[in-house]
Amino acid sequence: MVKAPVAASAIALMLAAPWAAHAQDPSASELARVRDEMKALQRSYEERMQALEKRLNDAEARAAKSETSAAPAPAAQSDASTALPAAAQPTPAPVAASAVPAQNAFNPAISLILQGTYARTSRDPNNFVINGFVPSGGEVGPPPRSFGLGESELVFTANVDPYFRGALVASLAPDNAVSVEEAYFQTIALPQGLTLKGGRFLSGIGYQNEIHQHAWDFQDAPLAYQAFLGGRYQQDGLQLRWVAPTPVFVELGGEIASGRSFPGSDSNKNGAGSAALFAHVGGDIGESYAWRTGVSYLRTSARNRTYDDVNAAGAAVTNSFTGRSRVWIVDGVLKWSPNGNSTYTNVKLQGEYFRARQDGDFTFDQAGAALTDGLRLAQSGWYAQSVYQFLPRWRVGYRYDALSRGTVNIGVVTSGAATLADFPALAVHNPTRNTAMLDFNPSEFSRLRLQLAADKSRLGATDNQILLQYIHSLGPHGAHRF
Amino acid sequence: MITSLTRALVAATVLLTATPAFAALNILACEPEWASLAKELGGDKVNVSAATTAMQDPHRIEARPSLIARARSADLMVCTGAELEIGWAPLLQSQSGNSKIQPGQPGHFEAAAQVALIEVPTRVDRSMGDVHPAGNPHLHLDPANVARVATALGERMAQLDRGEAAGYRERTRSFLERWSQATARWQKEAAPLKGMPVVVYHKDNSYLVKWLGLREVGSLEPKPGLPPTTAHLSDLLAQLGKDPAKAVLRSTYNDPRPAEFIAQRANIPAVMLPYTVGGTEKAKDLFGLYDDTIARLLAAQK
Repeated sequence: MVKAPVAASAIALMLAAPWAAHAQDPSASELARVRDEMKALQRSYEERMQALEKRLNDAEARAAKSETSAAPAPAAQSDASTALPAAAQPTPAPVAASAVPAQNAFNPAISLILQGTYARTSRDPNNFVINGFVPSGGEVGPPPRSFGLGESELVFTANVDPYFRGALVASLAPDNAVSVEEAYFQTIALPQGLTLKGGRFLSGIGYQNEIHQHAWDFQDAPLAYQAFLGGRYQQDGLQLRWVAPTPVFVELGGEIASGRSFPGSDSNKNGAGSAALFAHVGGDIGESYAWRTGVSYLRTSARNRTYDDVNAAGAAVTNSFTGRSRVWIVDGVLKWSPNGNSTYTNVKLQGEYFRARQDGDFTFDQAGAALTDGLRLAQSGWYAQSVYQFLPRWRVGYRYDALSRGTVNIGVVTSGAATLADFPALAVHNPTRNTAMLDFNPSEFSRLRLQLAADKSRLGATDNQILLQYIHSLGPHGAHRF
Repeated sequence: MITSLTRALVAATVLLTATPAFAALNILACEPEWASLAKELGGDKVNVSAATTAMQDPHRIEARPSLIARARSADLMVCTGAELEIGWAPLLQSQSGNSKIQPGQPGHFEAAAQVALIEVPTRVDRSMGDVHPAGNPHLHLDPANVARVATALGERMAQLDRGEAAGYRERTRSFLERWSQATARWQKEAAPLKGMPVVVYHKDNSYLVKWLGLREVGSLEPKPGLPPTTAHLSDLLAQLGKDPAKAVLRSTYNDPRPAEFIAQRANIPAVMLPYTVGGTEKAKDLFGLYDDTIARLLAAQK
C-alpha cells in the first residue's frame, strides 16, 4: 500500500520524461538522479555478469577435476581473501553452482508420506459409531484390523510467480482412491500482513485442524474433531488472514467456502455454504515456553444431509437433515523445552473445547415413512493431550477425550410420531476415550508408534485398541507448523 | 460477509499500522552471529533481533508464534540459508504475511549465497543422514566468510535504507578493517593448533577445523543429524585407540553426555565451544566468539 504510490509516480515520471526534457522544467535534477540510478544499475549488472562468468569458469574447472574430491571448496580463494582487506574486493560470486539440469530447475518441491498400521481391536471397526452424535460420514474410527495401509500423501509446492505460491496435497487411500486433501494458491506479495488463500485447504479453525494427519501426535483425530467436523474440516473457497504488526502474535482470519463437507452438505446454491472466523494469539514466556491460544467459529448450512440408521423394528432407514450448524472452538497449546532447545527433551500440552449446535428440519426414514419435524442439537466435547520427549528419539503421550451429548431435541420423537429407539445413532450416551502412545523416531524423517486406546464411543461397549504405526517422510525437509 | 470482513480487517489494519514511518530498519536474524553482524553494520540505525540463541540447535527450531510476529514486522531477514533453516524459516515467511522477506526479495538475505560452501556432497541421499545438498551451512566459523557476508550485508542494508546508506557503508568499512586486523591476530595465536587431531560432534565446526588446519578424526554423530548411539561411540573409541585425538569438540547446544563419554574413556578433554555469539560468557560479539574459541582450543591442546 505504501509502495503503490511510489510505483505510480515512477511510472508517471517515466511517461513524462520526454516532455520534461523539452520543457527544461525543474524536474531536471530528478532526471539526473534517475540517470545516475540507471548507471548504478548497469554497473551492478556488469558486476553480476562478471560474477556469473567466474562461476561458470569455476564450475568447468571443477568438472574437469572430476568429482573425486570430497571437499570441492575453492581453497585458494578462501586463503586469498583471508588476507583481506575484503572491503577492497569485489562482491563475491553468489551461490554454489548447482548441478540440476535447467529444465528441472523450476519443478515443484515434491515430498511423499508413507504410512501403515497393524491394528488389534476388541470391537469390529466396521461398526464404529459415536453414539449420541449425528454420524459425519467422514474419516472416523480406528483403522481396519490386522495389517492396513494408511493414507499415502503426495505433496507438491512451489512459488507460482512473485505473487503466488501453490500447493497440492494428494492423498492415496488404501482402497486405491485418490483424493485431493489440499490444492490451493496463497499470496506472497500482499502488503500489511495480509495473506489470501484460495482453492481447497484445511480450515484455520481450531489448533489441530490445519495440521496434516502424518504430523499428529496420535494416529487418530480427537473424538471432538470426529464427532463435530468429520475428522478435520476442509474448505473449498477463500481464506483471508491478517497478522498484526505487534510483538505478541495476533492473527485474525476469515473464510467463505462451499461448505460441502460435514457438518454442511452440498446445498446447490449460489452463495457461500460455510463461513468461518478465527483469532489466534501467541508468544513466548521466557526462553523455555511458547504458547498459542485461539477462538474459532464455523457456520455451515446443510441440505438433505443424510445418514443411515436402523429403526426400532430393526429395518435400515435413511434420515436427512436440512438446516444450519454452528461450531465454536477454543484451543490452546503450550510447549516447553529447556532454553528453547527441543532437540533432547520437550513437552507439549494441547487441548481444545468444542460447542456445536444444529437447527433445522429433520426427516425420519426418507424413503419410507418420511416424517419431517424439527431437530435441535446443542452438544459439546473436549480433549486434552500431552506429549513428552524424554530422550532424543523417544516420545510418550497421553490423551483424554470426552463428548457430552447435551440437548438432542428430535421433533418426531417429541410429537410421538417416532420413539428414541428409532434413532440408535443418537442414543443417550456420553463417549469418552483414553489413549496412550509411545513413539520412536530413528531420524527426523521416520516414526514408529505404538498406541493403546480404551474407546467408549459406542453405547455400553469399550473398544480396546492396540495399534502399531509407521510414518515415513521422503523428499525435501518438510517444515512443520508450531 | 466477505465485504464486512474485509472492511473490518482494513479498519484494524489502519488503526494498528499507524506507527511512525521514520522507524529504524527492522532486522530479524535467524542466528545470533548474523544478529551480531547486523548490529556492527547498522549501529543505532537498526533494530535487530535474533530468532534463535546459542543454546538452540539452528536445525531444529519451531516456527513459534513469537517468531511469526517478529517476522511480520521485519524489513530484512538475515539467514544462513543452504537449508539450515529449512524446517522453520519458510513457515515464518509464509505465515507472517510479510511480502518484504519472501525469497527473492531484497528483504531476504542469505549468507550462504555470498560464500563458497565446503563439503558439498557429490551425491545426495537421506541414507547419508540429514545432509545439506548445497554444502555445509555452518559458514560463520571462517573469518573470511564473515568478511564476505559483511560486505554483502552492508550493501544490502544500504540498498534497503537509502537515507542512511553512507552510514552503513562507513560502518561496514570500519568493521572490515577491525575484522581484518583481528583475523591476522587470530591466525598468529592459533598457529600452534595446526594439525591438532580432534573429534567433532556434528559438522558444525567444519569451517573452523578447515580454517585452523585442525585434523578431524571422527564425529560423535554416526551420520549428520542422527543422535550419537552407543554402538557408534564404541566404534569411535576403538578407532581413537589407533588414531588418538587431542580433544572432543562440541557446541553449546549439543548434549554434553556423548562428548564426556568419549573424553573420559579416551582420556582427552571435552571442549565446549561457543559456536555462536552468546554461546559462552566471553562470546559477546563476533570478535569475542573467535577470541574465546581459540582460547579454549589452545587451553585444550596444552
